[in-house]
Amino acid sequence: MGRRLVYGFVLTVVLAVLWLALSGMWSNLLITALGAASVAVSVYMTIRMGVLDGESVPFANLIRFGRYWGWLGGEIFKANIAVVRLALAPNLNIKPVLTRVAADHGSDLARTTFANSITLTPGTVTVEVEPNGFLVHALDESFADQEAFRDMERRAVRASDGEAPA
Amino acid sequence: MIMSAVDFAVGAILAFAMVIILIRLFAGPTLYDRVLAVNAFGTKTVLFLVVFALMVDEPAAIDIALLYALINFIATIAILKFFRYRSLEVALSAMALRKALDREDEE
Amino acid sequence: MSPSLLIEYGLDAVSAVLMITGAVFVLAGAIGMMRLPDFYTRMHAAGVTDTLGAELIVIGLMFQSGWSLVTVKLALLGLFVFLTSPTATHATANAAYKAGLKPLLTRFRPGGDDQNGSPL
Repeated sequence: MGRRLVYGFVLTVVLAVLWLALSGMWSNLLITALGAASVAVSVYMTIRMGVLDGESVPFANLIRFGRYWGWLGGEIFKANIAVVRLALAPNLNIKPVLTRVAADHGSDLARTTFANSITLTPGTVTVEVEPNGFLVHALDESFADQEAFRDMERRAVRASDGEAPA
Repeated sequence: MIMSAVDFAVGAILAFAMVIILIRLFAGPTLYDRVLAVNAFGTKTVLFLVVFALMVDEPAAIDIALLYALINFIATIAILKFFRYRSLEVALSAMALRKALDREDEE
Repeated sequence: MSPSLLIEYGLDAVSAVLMITGAVFVLAGAIGMMRLPDFYTRMHAAGVTDTLGAELIVIGLMFQSGWSLVTVKLALLGLFVFLTSPTATHATANAAYKAGLKPLLTRFRPGGDDQNGSPL
């Protein structure tokens, strides 16, 4: 109960800040009251749907995710240049591959982060989610490096669950 | 002065990219190529709106861009869902049931 | 030249470099969508623009807008594109795969004289 109270409080604050940032209405009493009402309805619906937990309010691992996104940004930049070079080469020369990537560590959040990271990195897209792995389409066989996927999974699990996979 | 020239150049490049994507949209050949093109076109529209907002100093266009980004995402999902189930009223529970049946079939 | 003017010029220069780079990536992605042979490979080209191109342009604009509500909205927009674009790409790819669209899995290498690449 105590934890859910904290989640509810954080969600309310986040939604209120979001509303103020998007509307820019600070002074008009009526508009602000309507904004407060919309925040209250959103929090109520979150409670009613039963999704008020660490997954919908992921403030606890925001710092770890920040570090992970920094690393991911670098990877995206490198992969982007590789894809652009392949797609703009005067003579196209690519060999697309479908490959299976094992992903059986960590929570659902970790697996989702891992799958989304694969899709975000240009050159590889998660096509299908299977019980203990993903089906990944790669633009060229040079992108389907299993070692790189293992490294990315280790980092995704550490960012989401806070511990390295066994 | 210089910055609005940069904005103009970026806007022009975006418009050119949008034309190329429109050609892909009409060329197809599969439904999924078109969905992909619509989605990419939407992303470019959002970017164009943001650049436009700062170029002519019209902050309201950024709100439109935010809204367009939201609608673009939901529209893509809705189109794909419609073409898979031929209906938009398939409830989440029905989809879960179908998935479970699919899994049983595979085993 | 006063220091504040110098900072302003510096921010403008950073913004211009980021935005032009982003625009080049967007254009490269669009050309890739035209040239690549099948749906699954074109999807990668579309991903280029959604991730790096869009983020670079948005970040460049944030440098340009100064410190105001506009910057916050641009940051929200960037975060939103960053979170939804992989989901949309995955949904499209997954729908195509489920519908039975077979990916091209052989080496694609059109002859040297065929500059246009993809058959329309």
